[in-house]
Amino acid sequence: MQRLTKTTLSCAVSVATCLTAASAFAETQITVATVNNGHMIEMQKLTPEFEKANPGIKVKWVTLEEGVLRQNVTQDIANKSGLYDVMTIGMYEAPIWGERGWLREIDTSGDYDANDILPSIRGGLSYDNTMYAAPFYGESSMVMYRKDLVKAAGMEINDRDSWTHIRDVAAAVHDPDNGVYGICLRGKAGWGDNMALMTTIANSFGARWFDENWKPQLESAEWKNAVSFYVDTLSKYGPPGSSSNSFNENLALFNEGKCGMWIDATIAASFVTDPKQSKVHDKVGFAQSPYAVTEKGANWLWAWALGIPAATKNAEAAQTFVRWATSKQYIDLVGQTNGWAAVPTGTRASTYANPKFQQAAVFADAELKAINSANPNDSTMKPSPYVGVQFAAIPEFQAIGTTAGQMVSGALSGTMSVEKALESANRSADRQMRQAGYY
Amino acid sequence: MKLTQQRKLRTVLTGLFAWTIALALFFPIFWMFITSFKTELQAISVPPSLFFEPTLENFEIVQERSNYLHHAMNSVITSFGSTLIALAIAIPAAYSMAFFPTKKTKDILLWMLSTKMLPAVGVLVPIYILSRDYGLLDSRTGLIIIFTLMNLPIVVWMLFSYFKDLPKEILEAARMDGATPWDEMVKVVMPLSIGAISSTGLLSIVLCWNEAFWSLNLTASEAAPLTAMIASYSSPEGLFWAKLSAASTLACAPIVIFGWFCQKQLVQGLTFGAVK
Repeated sequence: MQRLTKTTLSCAVSVATCLTAASAFAETQITVATVNNGHMIEMQKLTPEFEKANPGIKVKWVTLEEGVLRQNVTQDIANKSGLYDVMTIGMYEAPIWGERGWLREIDTSGDYDANDILPSIRGGLSYDNTMYAAPFYGESSMVMYRKDLVKAAGMEINDRDSWTHIRDVAAAVHDPDNGVYGICLRGKAGWGDNMALMTTIANSFGARWFDENWKPQLESAEWKNAVSFYVDTLSKYGPPGSSSNSFNENLALFNEGKCGMWIDATIAASFVTDPKQSKVHDKVGFAQSPYAVTEKGANWLWAWALGIPAATKNAEAAQTFVRWATSKQYIDLVGQTNGWAAVPTGTRASTYANPKFQQAAVFADAELKAINSANPNDSTMKPSPYVGVQFAAIPEFQAIGTTAGQMVSGALSGTMSVEKALESANRSADRQMRQAGYY
Repeated sequence: MKLTQQRKLRTVLTGLFAWTIALALFFPIFWMFITSFKTELQAISVPPSLFFEPTLENFEIVQERSNYLHHAMNSVITSFGSTLIALAIAIPAAYSMAFFPTKKTKDILLWMLSTKMLPAVGVLVPIYILSRDYGLLDSRTGLIIIFTLMNLPIVVWMLFSYFKDLPKEILEAARMDGATPWDEMVKVVMPLSIGAISSTGLLSIVLCWNEAFWSLNLTASEAAPLTAMIASYSSPEGLFWAKLSAASTLACAPIVIFGWFCQKQLVQGLTFGAVK
């Protein structure tokens, strides 16, 4: 009996020792869902540096196409599945999910220096003054143009030109016989595709998505003027098939030297000036987005950010990772490893103050100016009840924006008139807002 | 024109027509293959270039960024695993429906097929929630179950079509020799139908290998097959066609080679019952 007790005891001690040893070496594994773009891929490559500095944390990456990412992370967070510990979300999702309690507050204590984050970007990722996602890179929109073609046409492009001047320049450089189109703009249907640009144009024409009582305003004279101008300009001076072009298609056209100018995300500046990607890398100029009757909301504001779902079981490790990936130290690390032209931009004031970055990125000033001039809390000439420049941060907007995008794309391809397109879009928006109980 | 000349002309025209269709079907695969050897700039150039200096850069990037073997192993395990389970269920089911039909057999067959008419997205939420509750999200087991259920109607239908054409006399003879229904299925029907079973299995493997909807929605990192790996190369901001083509070529290669070796069985499987 005594022998049996001894054996049992020694077994128990051995098991306990093994368990203690195992827990001493236990690793927390976090899964990060992200979108496939250059900056995110670089972060993936630099993850071993994070793991070296935090030996108890292992990072697993899931890279997804933007649409699939949105669907997967929404499913995950709404069902509290806990598949992901960190997820890449945009400025549209952060305040909505933060309000619903789906995201954890970002820990900005200690040496994180949250005050260094550009105010507009920080505001766009917050709800009720609490930051629910940490910005990894931010962007606005601006004009990228071919200096050589514009000069040869005897024209000029400056910051905040009027839309009519931009159309005149497009007409002057338009030379389809030689494969050059005056202007390239997004035409592909989608709330984040054509409607991102269309909303900035509409804002500058004095339009707004909703009035103070959340009634859709798509049939207003301002929207009609804006969409008519867009359709007319792009049909006359744009490349054929514009209604199926979005960022990547226009990037390809611009890099091939086929666009006189292109108004799109500031992130494009790093691609069109890259000799490895662009045939016209040394001929590109930048200017602030044009306007019609107001400068308010004339350029968009967007950020890809890292959020931590409330259902994660590894919140502490996730916070550590998010703080590292969005820190000043991380930007320094990228600068030292891959060069200063490759650092994620649009998030921190210290990046733009860095002389090495200023020297490496010819577009730095234009980008910072564009981001600082965008204000998601005051983006329309007439008062509006929503937050967001190129979107309204309400859950219903994705569906409303996508339907409107299809209608505007239809007007651009000539399958319906501008009036008919806006009437259908407004009717659909009205139905959805009514169903959602706004009025 | 003589009759023999007319026949020759008809043969040539039929051949030309068949080649045109075959080339049209093969063209996207060919284009994907050559794009994978281009630079991103060459991949988007207009007009597209057929002659260029090939580069292996995209394959290097795919190898560096993705754990190809991990994804390929997931594809192999889920495709073969679900096919084996589907066959294990479908063979007895098809056998029973072919040789011991009841009044409701036709209705059951039609009901099984009708499940394929429902768009997958229609049942996404319930299946996602069930997977979450049973701990099957991002697991190979979860994917095998879904793939099995997804292909079961097709597998049952294909085997049923073949079994019902087998001469009943053979089974009667076996029964006279004292064979039980189980013996009839295992020792008579299955050996006689080995071609049909293998071709049905091959088709099921191909369908599972190419499945993307459930793979993308129910997996993250651990169980993600090759289709999920391909999807990760599409980018909202930046050029990606050459890298995406390289990832697709690597993902397609195993199943194309497998299909090439088994094409005889595949064609036999797809055409049995077509000519009587």
